[in-house]
Amino acid sequence: MSETPVLKVDDLRIQFRSGRETVHAVNGASFQVNAGETAAILGESGSGKSVTASAVMRLLQSPPAYVSGGTVHFKGLDVLAMPLDRWREYCGRDVAMVFQDALTSLNPVFSVGWQIAELFRTHGVASGKEADERAVELLERVGIPDPAARSKDYTHQFSGGMRQRVMIAMAIALGPDLLIADEPTTALDVTVQAQIMELLESLREESDMAMVLITHDLGVVADAADNVAVMYAGRVVESGPVAEVLSRPGHAYTLALLDSVPQARGKGGKLRPIIGSPPDLARIPKGCAFNPRCRFATDICRQEVPPSVAMAEGRVAECHHADQVFNDG
Amino acid sequence: MDNGVPTGANDTPPILEVRNLVKHFAIGKSLSFKRNAGVVKAVDGVSFELRPGETLGLVGESGCGKSTVARTLLRLEEPTGGSAFFRGQDIFKASPQELKAIRRRLQVIFQDPYASLNPRMTVAEIIGEPWVIHPDALPRAERGERVRSLLENVGLRREHAERYPHEFSGGQRQRIGIARAMALDPEVLICDEPVSALDVSVQAQVINLLMEIQERMGIAYVFIAHDLSVVRHMSHRVAVMYLGRIVEIGTEGQVYNHPRHPYTKALLSAEPPLDFTSARKKHQRIILKGEVPSPANPPSGCRFRNRCWKAQDICAGDAPPLESKGGHMAACYFPEDDNTAAP
Amino acid sequence: MTTAEQEALIIRRGVPWWRLLARDKFALAAALWLLILFACFLVGPELFGKAATSLNLRARNLPPGSLEHGWLMFLGGDALGRSMIARLIVASRNTLTVALCSVVFAMIAGGILGLIAGYIGRGVGHVIMRFADILQSFPSLLLAVVVLYVLEPSVTNLIVVLAITRMPIYLRVTRAEVLEIRERVFVDASSALGGSSYHILLRHIAPVVAPTLLTILTVDFSIVMLAESSLSFLGIGIQPPEITWGLMVAQGRNYLSQAWWLAFFPGLAIMLATLSGNILSNWLRIVSDPEQRWRLETPRKSDE
Repeated sequence: MSETPVLKVDDLRIQFRSGRETVHAVNGASFQVNAGETAAILGESGSGKSVTASAVMRLLQSPPAYVSGGTVHFKGLDVLAMPLDRWREYCGRDVAMVFQDALTSLNPVFSVGWQIAELFRTHGVASGKEADERAVELLERVGIPDPAARSKDYTHQFSGGMRQRVMIAMAIALGPDLLIADEPTTALDVTVQAQIMELLESLREESDMAMVLITHDLGVVADAADNVAVMYAGRVVESGPVAEVLSRPGHAYTLALLDSVPQARGKGGKLRPIIGSPPDLARIPKGCAFNPRCRFATDICRQEVPPSVAMAEGRVAECHHADQVFNDG
Repeated sequence: MDNGVPTGANDTPPILEVRNLVKHFAIGKSLSFKRNAGVVKAVDGVSFELRPGETLGLVGESGCGKSTVARTLLRLEEPTGGSAFFRGQDIFKASPQELKAIRRRLQVIFQDPYASLNPRMTVAEIIGEPWVIHPDALPRAERGERVRSLLENVGLRREHAERYPHEFSGGQRQRIGIARAMALDPEVLICDEPVSALDVSVQAQVINLLMEIQERMGIAYVFIAHDLSVVRHMSHRVAVMYLGRIVEIGTEGQVYNHPRHPYTKALLSAEPPLDFTSARKKHQRIILKGEVPSPANPPSGCRFRNRCWKAQDICAGDAPPLESKGGHMAACYFPEDDNTAAP
Repeated sequence: MTTAEQEALIIRRGVPWWRLLARDKFALAAALWLLILFACFLVGPELFGKAATSLNLRARNLPPGSLEHGWLMFLGGDALGRSMIARLIVASRNTLTVALCSVVFAMIAGGILGLIAGYIGRGVGHVIMRFADILQSFPSLLLAVVVLYVLEPSVTNLIVVLAITRMPIYLRVTRAEVLEIRERVFVDASSALGGSSYHILLRHIAPVVAPTLLTILTVDFSIVMLAESSLSFLGIGIQPPEITWGLMVAQGRNYLSQAWWLAFFPGLAIMLATLSGNILSNWLRIVSDPEQRWRLETPRKSDE
């Protein structure tokens, strides 16, 4: 008896076309999130993780971005096929997004209380004084001290961590089923990061909300996520439960990433950096995109795109040498 | 405020000695001193020593003043008080010529690889600039070759000398910055968040490079960062800063394994453990309440007291001095010496 | 591709500037036109001086378009029957001298003062800025009229007056740019290496400010030419028998209904000169910036 996943992304492909060249930002991303779960999308810059999130919310501009393949299903509904107006009704109400930089994501000319209340007003949930009151309640819920007074303040009057809380308040205001958080704590200090992650966790538990957490920080993934999808050059190269993937990776990139981070594999000794740099997404190497930088690479890796290898229940890796990697880790 | 300069285990004289460094920034118009809106006490009494060949990690969150310490030591800002000595020579009282000589030995690499290189200069010109400023350091004829060998030393290629910065990735640009800093054979390198702006996998390349250079050439580093695990990996000794003051200082093992100051403890627990080789359990995190107060208006006495779970009345009085326990110093009236449990 | 190959940058052949110029049709046309003007500037008065002053009363107000009286009269004749073409060529020397010298002096003076005001700031900076404020408060034309009325309206005085009235804008822009560049990290890096203020200004700040100033210069070029034309109209610009395009426009204004070409062609000459200057300076700005140069270097289709 399988539940419909809240979000299911299947073989998503996104291209950015300019006059000169085509950039393959996403080349086949597949993952899903169930209610009450947190799925992390782990990748470095250029991996395609943010583009994937934007595509799910249909925030990409066409041109220059085009969805060239794949599907996105939200609670069984085909997101990409429905008219944009209809999808907009779901945004904010059933699906919400939290961005990295609250300063640029919030409107600087309106008070935060007004912005939150506006959400209620636009979606017809409440109006007038009631909307304002609910906004204040929400600010209190996300841990902003003295919420009644603070709701009249403007974005720039809040510190980084507080701004992030305001953005989270706006995101959960209408009780969405899915929250997409794009690098929510990257710009924050470590202690504030801990506070925000704690807040997200308690909110999620309260409402059984599903969360997609996009990040490059292994620590955040380890701590907050149930499942992880590792992205490289626009593909999900490995996915599965966090504890398993991070302790015994099945893809060479995941293994190399762990080897290059201090403390991840036990203290001491030289770090093992990944040689080279991520590929130019307009000229992705043939075969497995990671092959030029991979220490397990053989001829087949340079020729053929690796198949999906099922490593265990719910665990998948796309590597020609998944066994070797697994045993090496 | 107590001088609390920690001495290391060995007796070699320190190459860099900082005593009670103070840097305040005035808010408000500079012309009308009387109408000072206030003062930002960015650095408020920082002391430490650096021995030849060792790395001192300076760690702290935003607003703690660690970058200001770096800038003041380099005299990119003039200090408000305190002193700093490079091989016994007073950095702040040095004449322009003396300062120039000190700068040959005390170099810096910056955080932002995109902004720290002049986009209109070729790599060769960038790396060669130190010799333009200090012509006696290397005869003109040898400069070309030295640029290319420096490039190779940092893991780039000789042909890259004729390129412009925008043709390189962030990690490569940081290496160019390192090559530039090495040009004059410095003895101390101040690294101001050198890997924070880089991708995780690229950070490792630069960290390895810095460690290799230290092994080969015996350069001492002041390594400033907010990423605890990176600091731990690189440093022999670590100083933790909070709101302009050092709250704890000791060897890497002491600070990371037996933190004495509550803030250090909270900081360490906020970073999720990455050791997946052992069975992972959800670790008990200390969540501090509130946020870092503004450096323009710090709390009296111990600056950490309004977020600390141990705060008592005495903490609001005089600021606690750095107290040593076997060389491991902490500025707290109630240090975590008997491994008391977290709140 | 092996990892070593991945690490290496593609060895691109740098494209020489003349080929880049050849690729950009507009920049090429602008460069050629300016070359022609330069030739007129050099040898125009010597070659065409006679033709510009020889009266031919039969060709009085001759309309353009016919070759009856020779190719020199193709653009028509003025009120005294002199060849328009010859007069335009001869006038180029004075026009270009006045315009170029005034903007270049304005740029140099304004640039230096702006560098000082921006880099040093504090007292000196404030004094310089108030000085610029005062200069800018005067309507420039009024200032020019007053000065030239008191002194003689010679070419030199004209240049000085126009330079002074144009200077504040270079000063302000330079200062604003210096204030911004001064905060950049690579300037800090140079300081930390021991670079003196002089070294930093010369090596780092000036090269970044210069392109902006050059862009302003080309726009200013046209403003100055038109200002000079206004002054001529008021009778205190260049005095006959010296001739500039501006003066030709001023003189031709009286005949607009009967002989439109008297004012039109000098006006067109001004326009073409400034247009070429703008286009070429735009191209130069892109070529000299390493980060922007790829726009001109990358060919339309993919290399592979």
